[in-house]
Amino acid sequence: MKLLYFAWVRERVGRAEEVAEAPAGVSTIGELIAWLRSRGPEYAHAFESDAIRAAIDRRHAKPDAKIAGAREIAFFPPMTGG
Amino acid sequence: MAVRVQTDLFDAARETADLGAGHVNVGAVVTFTGLCRPNADSGAPLEALTLECYPEMAEEELSRIEAEARARWPLIDALIVHRHGRIRPGEPIVLVATLSPHRAAAFAAAEFVMDYLKTSAPFWKREETADGASWVAAKTADDDALERWSRG
Repeated sequence: MKLLYFAWVRERVGRAEEVAEAPAGVSTIGELIAWLRSRGPEYAHAFESDAIRAAIDRRHAKPDAKIAGAREIAFFPPMTGG
Repeated sequence: MAVRVQTDLFDAARETADLGAGHVNVGAVVTFTGLCRPNADSGAPLEALTLECYPEMAEEELSRIEAEARARWPLIDALIVHRHGRIRPGEPIVLVATLSPHRAAAFAAAEFVMDYLKTSAPFWKREETADGASWVAAKTADDDALERWSRG
């Protein structure tokens, strides 16, 4: 699946997008975040805040949302548009 | 019914006139234009805002917000335009226009769209001042504003 990062999440991870396959047992957004945190200090820093929001295939998704079948998962801070 | 996400400046008066043209039975037009303020949240003079966005999701999310507004109020038409990229103080950032037979629906729908957009459309503001650039923090007041639409 494709992972997208925006705003300070993007800055901390150090890239805007990547392709990744989560290991077996990672089935929800919350579990995916926990796995991402384990991938290195830049990920740990990017995902240290509980305020991070996620979207699955361009729709907002809660931490318990299932990621099976997702093509594109985005992570970003709380929105500040308007 | 339309939503647009763009970097270009827009002319709110022209957008509103174009939206109204061709419709009959319009009794009320409400427009809201959000502008870039001259000061950062810290109070320091602002040189510019840079709005980052997730463009594909932004268009879809704005369309969902507009559809929800149309489901709640009898709108004749509506338009949402949101800019991203670099925006200078005084420039418009966002336009919401609602058309309905009577004013109550147009006012309420425009306010609803703005309240939803602030907390759910994927845009992020970065302020540039003489001290450097920093991301704007989300405001609790925006969440509170959204809350009232779910009460009954």
